[in-house]
Amino acid sequence: MEFTPVFAVAAKEFRDRIRNRWVLAVALVFTVFSLVIAYFGSAQQGQVGFRSIEITIASLVSLVIYLIPLIALLLGFDAVVGERERGSLDLLLALPITRGELLLGKYLGLAMALTLSTLAGFGLVAVVLWRHMGGGALLHYGGFMASSVLLGLAFLSLAVLLSVFARDRTRASGLAITVWFFFVLVFDLLLLGLLVTTGEYFPGDTFSWLLMLNPADVFRILNIFSLDDVRTLYGLASVVPTTLGSPLVMGGVMLIWIVLPLILAKWRFKP
Amino acid sequence: MTSVSSNPEAIADSAVVALRGVHKHYGALHAVDGVDLDIREGEIFGLIGHNGAGKSTLFKMMLGLTPVTRGDILVAGTRVDGRNFRAVRRSIGYLPENVVLYDNLDGLETLNFFARLKGAPLAQCAPLLERVGLSHAGQRPVREYSKGMRQRLGFAQALLGSPRVLFLDEPTNGLDPHAIRDFYKTLRELQGEGVTVIITSHILSELQERVDRLAILSAGQVQAVGSVQALRERTHVPLVFEIDLADNAGPAAVEALAAAIGIQAEATATGLRFQCAREQKMAVLAALTPLGDRVHDLRLQEPSLEDMFFGLSN
Repeated sequence: MEFTPVFAVAAKEFRDRIRNRWVLAVALVFTVFSLVIAYFGSAQQGQVGFRSIEITIASLVSLVIYLIPLIALLLGFDAVVGERERGSLDLLLALPITRGELLLGKYLGLAMALTLSTLAGFGLVAVVLWRHMGGGALLHYGGFMASSVLLGLAFLSLAVLLSVFARDRTRASGLAITVWFFFVLVFDLLLLGLLVTTGEYFPGDTFSWLLMLNPADVFRILNIFSLDDVRTLYGLASVVPTTLGSPLVMGGVMLIWIVLPLILAKWRFKP
Repeated sequence: MTSVSSNPEAIADSAVVALRGVHKHYGALHAVDGVDLDIREGEIFGLIGHNGAGKSTLFKMMLGLTPVTRGDILVAGTRVDGRNFRAVRRSIGYLPENVVLYDNLDGLETLNFFARLKGAPLAQCAPLLERVGLSHAGQRPVREYSKGMRQRLGFAQALLGSPRVLFLDEPTNGLDPHAIRDFYKTLRELQGEGVTVIITSHILSELQERVDRLAILSAGQVQAVGSVQALRERTHVPLVFEIDLADNAGPAAVEALAAAIGIQAEATATGLRFQCAREQKMAVLAALTPLGDRVHDLRLQEPSLEDMFFGLSN
């Protein structure tokens, strides 16, 4: 592994996303949503304003869990298949760079763009919360931001994987939507159905561990369990064992979700 | 061709690119079917074939983009996809057919990007733009480039890192005649610097005057290799004579030719036109000599590469 070509590819991908204002656009979307949610999040309780960090985070989590996977998948789905379809892949691969290095460079560049827009987008609300609620709230919100970045990186990794698998861009975009649909909408429903129909045959914690198979659920657990008050807001909380509540364990699972698809992609990336 | 050696390392001295019994099979399809080639240091070597003859597959295998099914390919003495692949790839330049670059980068940024990937000094980029005649467009995004300008930028890209071997796939596609002339002038300069050039083109007449040797590829096999002259001598494509005669000399000339070598000549507005085999050339001249100054003019057409190509690969 040599890092010069990796950085060259990463720098190009990152600069491309800055230049075509992708980073700016996504950051603006996150800023607007997070401000609106932080301000109106407790409207159900008959209040507005920056009042409760728990409710703010709980509301943000339910938005981000849809939005970030979608944005990450759209960002990465054509990373490889796009070059292949345009006809620029052969030229790249004839240069002194391995397929693994090319893949890593693409991933790192896109990851930087996604991370920057996530941090910049949610950053303004962080400042506002700090002014209104002080350091404790900021710490929790910082945890939310970090987990949002991890969520994005995990789905970006999946996106790069399917961009290696797909034969053309059209199929890749179809696959991206399918992946999003599955993890964000279908997975929990399936698990719930399974729990209701067969739950009695499995030992108590089995289904909680199955939640690890979905990075979106990992993200939810990471955020819900960091705050006692939020935990009570969610009925689901009561079924999850406390070992899974540890941010370190969940962070580790998220890292696996980031690394594993990339390894698979490298293995699958053939001429 | 030099003799086939069983030891791949021994080939390295004689050829900068050596192919030994190279096969590429896609299932039942034999895209490349037993190719042996030696491309010598410092020559301009042409690769010719119809679409589907196996040119592109051969190119991709030489560049290590696609693995060979069977056989050996050595570039600058080593396997292009082997352990030394980085060193080999730094020593080659590749211009794909209809090169695709990045629309959002400008000319100079494009070269900088590829220079970084190739480990070539960034200081080479501006002079290379100049060399391909694009220094005026270095700050313009590639999306505004014409097809010819893209092709020239792609060529500059291939020259990054001062490669020893250039692989150029249909490089003059989209270039106007003026640019084509400049392009070949640059190739000759590079040849003078010791660079080996491997070039494919479908414009055969263009290659014919400009390559040192060429290989004709058909159905995945090399049909012939050699200089244009050597190929002409080897093929049986006839020469074409056109002679202009004095008004009354026609019948005598026809008779003389028929008697000497059994040729049926056809009449034209100014004289006769006929084909003969290469080895009959002197006999034709001998038969025409007695006509003296009744022969006003004589034109001899050598077979073009097109004629040979279609003669050999069909």
